[in-house]
Amino acid sequence: MEDQPSLSESRRPQNLIWLLMPLALLIAAIGWIVFADPFQSFRNGAPPVEGVTFERTILNDQGLRMLVRAGGSDPMRIAQVQVDAAYWSFTQTPPGDISRGATVWLDVPYPWVLGEAHAVTLVTTTGATFTHEIEVAVPTPKVTAGQLRFQALIGIFVGVVPIVFGLMFYPVLRGVGQGGMNFLMALTIGLLSFLLVDSAEEALELAGNSAALFQGPVMVILVAAATFLLLMAVGQRGGPPTGLALSTFIALGIGLHNLGEGLAIGAAFAAGSAGLGTFLVLGFTVHNITEGIGIAAPILRKRPPLWAFAGLALLAGGPAVIGMWLGSLAFSPQWGAFALAIGAGAILQVVVQVGAYVMRSNNLGLETFLRPSVLGGLTAGVAFMYITAAFVKI
Amino acid sequence: MDPANPRDETVSRRGVLLAGLAAAGGSVAVGNRAAAQEAMGPSVSASTMATHGNMMTVGDVDNLANGFDPVAMLTDWDVGTTETLSDGRTLRTFQVDAEDKEIEIAPGVFFPAWTFNGRVPGPALRAKEGDRIRIVFRNFGSHMHSMHFHGIHSARMDGVNGTPGMIGPGEEFTYEFDAKPFGCHLYHCHALPLKRHMAKGMYGAFVVDPDPEKHLDQTNVARSRLMGTAENAEWQELVMVMNAFDTNFDDENEFYAANTVAFAYMNTPIRIEKNRPVRVYLINAVEFDPINSFHLHGNFFDYYNQGTTLTPTLRTVDLITQCQGERGILEFSFAEHEPGLYMFHAHQAEFTELGWMANFDVVEA
Repeated sequence: MEDQPSLSESRRPQNLIWLLMPLALLIAAIGWIVFADPFQSFRNGAPPVEGVTFERTILNDQGLRMLVRAGGSDPMRIAQVQVDAAYWSFTQTPPGDISRGATVWLDVPYPWVLGEAHAVTLVTTTGATFTHEIEVAVPTPKVTAGQLRFQALIGIFVGVVPIVFGLMFYPVLRGVGQGGMNFLMALTIGLLSFLLVDSAEEALELAGNSAALFQGPVMVILVAAATFLLLMAVGQRGGPPTGLALSTFIALGIGLHNLGEGLAIGAAFAAGSAGLGTFLVLGFTVHNITEGIGIAAPILRKRPPLWAFAGLALLAGGPAVIGMWLGSLAFSPQWGAFALAIGAGAILQVVVQVGAYVMRSNNLGLETFLRPSVLGGLTAGVAFMYITAAFVKI
Repeated sequence: MDPANPRDETVSRRGVLLAGLAAAGGSVAVGNRAAAQEAMGPSVSASTMATHGNMMTVGDVDNLANGFDPVAMLTDWDVGTTETLSDGRTLRTFQVDAEDKEIEIAPGVFFPAWTFNGRVPGPALRAKEGDRIRIVFRNFGSHMHSMHFHGIHSARMDGVNGTPGMIGPGEEFTYEFDAKPFGCHLYHCHALPLKRHMAKGMYGAFVVDPDPEKHLDQTNVARSRLMGTAENAEWQELVMVMNAFDTNFDDENEFYAANTVAFAYMNTPIRIEKNRPVRVYLINAVEFDPINSFHLHGNFFDYYNQGTTLTPTLRTVDLITQCQGERGILEFSFAEHEPGLYMFHAHQAEFTELGWMANFDVVEA
């Protein structure tokens, strides 16, 4: 033990060499490839690979406005723009070639038709085409106080209201015994598991629509895993969370999920959409009502102060409003996927924590999950979410 | 046109959901749908975007770099070199080279074309009925090519697979036949796959003027068609090859035009002196779409299908259609018109808006 520091001491110059040598070789290799161009035989006369991702579309009284990101092997240039198979004048900001990964705004003064579909096709200088469908043309909402209030109202209905309703079951639920408690906690795990799968699926779907250079699916998994580990580490400080702490984690997980959902809904708002019916709002409210019950479950034994309920409702539901705003103001598929991935990671952490809590409170280990009350709760949670989701999935 | 592969859009389900939410939220909040509409912002109105003249490509094509100018092409006939044969007939010799060339078919859009003499359409060859025609064809391209003439000739001169006129890169062949029948014809490469060789730009006009000596009942009409006569000089003759380009090789055309460059004659209208009659040699070389058409604004014309008659095959029409490879002669006059821009275009609105739209600028002489 004594001589080890001196050993590493004596190795220090060697270590430095072993650190610097590979780096120097790497720089030399890059220099050789750039200047000697040994791979010039790759250039076989074929045009460069080009890629375009449409990240935002805005429809207003000036026509169409689109944010597009280039993702080719070389800088590329948009030569012409077709709208509905007609060449249309356009301006590009900033003009000129678009480097790999860079974005530009395209303004097309096209007299689009309310409620109808349009297709925008970009023709690049090599003649390649990239098409973006506007499924239903409606004016993109402008950022006004009224607009933000309106979106906040939707966010509150989607996020806060159902949780408040769910929390209002608190007095009724207080009297339950161990079996009832097991059922409620398992119900929470079930509904959270549903949200986990739902978030992950939607995050991956959005990731698929983002530019290739973001490596959407990989990003989703890494972000979810990192969020999970971070929250696990935070959650385990001072022992496994129980009571109000566990409720807070559940509320946080649901809140992060709602942030991602809100972002996506806000983006849909900005992208325009078709009108259907009020039953969707009702469906959403019913769908999310178990979230409130889940948050309430860990605090049934020890009643926290009233402000804690308000805080939990805001923590779980409020992010839906923030998500709506952000999504309608500045949304790109990769950010939506990013937010939903954070939500997925947070929910996974809560599923694990609640599961551990149920096991501890029954002292049965994994066998806990075979108890009828727990199995029943899990099934009820997943089934309730699945069935009520039918109202909001179209 | 391009149905291409529309990208899957992100938010269809959410879009629907959201709309429901928007409608519901609006009605909950304010109690009526008008208010919800208000929240969605004002709708676009036609008056705020009155300038439908925005239907146009952006920028200019570099004719110099292309090596051909669509306006010059209208009247740029290749009459070859002539000598008199021992029997008194005219031997007319053309030189045509096939070569690969990247051309700018619309501002900023480059197409890897296969060309005759470095241009698309190829040279507009013009001869007189009864001439002995000799075409020295050299293939400097990267694939097999030929010149297949629409006309009367022997099987050996047909330029299809299995005949000596189908030549590989670096080879040369001389086609020889008599110029007949008179009319508005075309030539094109007949190498297989034919569709690809056509779509890459290997076609051109082949016009055979009638010999007045052979049409004594209609000498004056024949003379007006024969290049070099005083009667012919009265006419303003234009050759237009209707063509299109499939720039992404999905067997659908992205650009349509007469003489290659989309909207070329919108940006530079064709000058017409109103007191001189107009004759258009019109050829349809479009691939992938079965038919093309020509519609003239504010006027009607007589039409000679394939140009092989001296009396019109259609009188007083303002629209004709042509199948792939079909062609004909249009004759009309603006003598009674007031000066101004008179549009002409394919009446397939899709072709029109993808480039095949043009203007005559009718002026006092």
